[in-house]
Amino acid sequence: MNGMRVRSLKNAGMMLLMGLATFIVLTPLIMIFFHIVKMGAGSINLDFFIQIPSPPGESGGGMANGMVGSVILILMASVIGIPTGIFGALYLSEYEGNRLASVIRFCADVLSGVPSIITGLVAYTLIVVPMHGFSAIAGAVALGLIMIPIVLRTTEEQLKMVPGTLREASLALGVPFWRTTLQVTLRSGLKGIITGILLSIARVAGETAPLLFTSLGNHFWSKKITEPMAALPLQIFNFAIAPYEDWHRLAWGGALVLVVVMFGVSLTARWFNRDRSIG
Amino acid sequence: MSHEEHIQDSGFAGSFNGDRIFKGITLGFAFSVILVLLLMVAGMAHESLPALRQFGWKFVSGSDWDAVQGNFGALPFIWGSIVSSLLALAVATPLSVGTALFITELAPRKLGGAIASLVELLAAIPSVIYGLWGVLVMAPWLQQTVEPFLMEHFGFLPFFRGAPYGVGMLAAVFIIMIMIIPIVTSITKEVLLAVPLSQKEAAIALGATKWEMIRMAVLPYGRSGILGAVILGLGRAIGETMAVTMVIGNTPQISLSLLAPAYTMPSVIANEFAEASSKLHSAALMEIGLILLVITLIINIAARLLIWGVTRQQSSGGRK
Repeated sequence: MNGMRVRSLKNAGMMLLMGLATFIVLTPLIMIFFHIVKMGAGSINLDFFIQIPSPPGESGGGMANGMVGSVILILMASVIGIPTGIFGALYLSEYEGNRLASVIRFCADVLSGVPSIITGLVAYTLIVVPMHGFSAIAGAVALGLIMIPIVLRTTEEQLKMVPGTLREASLALGVPFWRTTLQVTLRSGLKGIITGILLSIARVAGETAPLLFTSLGNHFWSKKITEPMAALPLQIFNFAIAPYEDWHRLAWGGALVLVVVMFGVSLTARWFNRDRSIG
Repeated sequence: MSHEEHIQDSGFAGSFNGDRIFKGITLGFAFSVILVLLLMVAGMAHESLPALRQFGWKFVSGSDWDAVQGNFGALPFIWGSIVSSLLALAVATPLSVGTALFITELAPRKLGGAIASLVELLAAIPSVIYGLWGVLVMAPWLQQTVEPFLMEHFGFLPFFRGAPYGVGMLAAVFIIMIMIIPIVTSITKEVLLAVPLSQKEAAIALGATKWEMIRMAVLPYGRSGILGAVILGLGRAIGETMAVTMVIGNTPQISLSLLAPAYTMPSVIANEFAEASSKLHSAALMEIGLILLVITLIINIAARLLIWGVTRQQSSGGRK
């Protein structure tokens, strides 16, 4: 039948288009990956990890202050993001069903969609304005605010997977509800929660926009958290748009380090969660 | 609030009111999410008051941005944001849906899984690295290869006039497109996986070809979810900061030409806020941030409602 041939031709054509779309999608993504590895590998040496950036125009130097700065910023952000996320999630999962919980859930989802530069502006009004200056603290607050909804939602998912019978067993033994929650529910979901925390760290490690006018960046070592601090993504940005070949080289190296660390953290997170995916 | 359980034994220190205290503490932390959101809107509105008072509605209709004279009109940034996001989304949507269909319906399971995890991995690459690649690899390529080609063959159109700078609207559209494809693809994939097998089997049993099955059973079922994914992609695109700042050329002008440099709302905040020259200047930037916040809030609420609607229908069953 002729109709059948037209139909199967159309079918084949559409299948081809889907394959083509996949090819178009994957090509630039693979190229980005290829360039990061190729350009980055060529610029990483020992100096890269132990030196601060050289002045413009001079060769050599590294991004040690940026890497250390990023670690400090992330640690401080974790102090804000992790407890808020976990305790908030405990409320959502253990007292679920009330109206307030779903409003909070909705707000967390909306919050995670707010552009990170806005979070930077908020940290600016909250910290930089009253403290009269850019500081690492302000940067950490911005990053911490970004972490909250991520930790909150992943932790809640994990807590919901803990079987109700486990809670009941503990309550039946006379353990108060709050101790049950902390020592049975929370502990049972711990692996998944650690996964969520690691993923949120991987996410904020690469955030640049919220640091632009909070942590600001620093060409040298920062001595206090009340003064501007360098961060790896900030340095990548500044060096990439500068007209110096040698700074471009550093930027590629920084990009490779950042991607390797982020993928490493993500893989660790998946490894932690490996036997939980079935629930 | 008066449920005081009489647990008399003092074996657990503080267990007398432990549950209520615990509930209070967790509620406090959970409530801080709402607080942060309110604080965002209120804080930014307050900080942008000087600009709001000074310019009123002229702020969004004016196209003159001059920090020295103290004239601030945000139209070029709003224009740049909307044009770059919508164009990127228009190209990214069919590509993402096509890829998601390829992963779920066409590819062998292993290949599909591999592509899906590659796409997810790439969604995690930070914006600044896309920008680095964009400005050092893609922009020169556009300048030397793509833009001269466009000018030669399509130069009669107003969209391809001007000089090939490399950086500009076209580069921004490209980089936004590359960046939102992974997120739109992975959400669309989740939505497509949620289509019940019985729907597909019914179509196949009626003698449909694979494409007809997709068109009759899969796409209609996933429509609102896919729409949600696309809107979420739009939210991502319009808030995209670093990569766009690095490739768009940062010139506040309204031009029909895709080759011309432009500017977006997040980019101008990123570039000028730290060095704002006056109180009015930073208030104007803050007001741009407020506009951006309101737009993304609307977009995100719409997308969440759509995606929630889909996933609530089948909240059972784990992911994958």
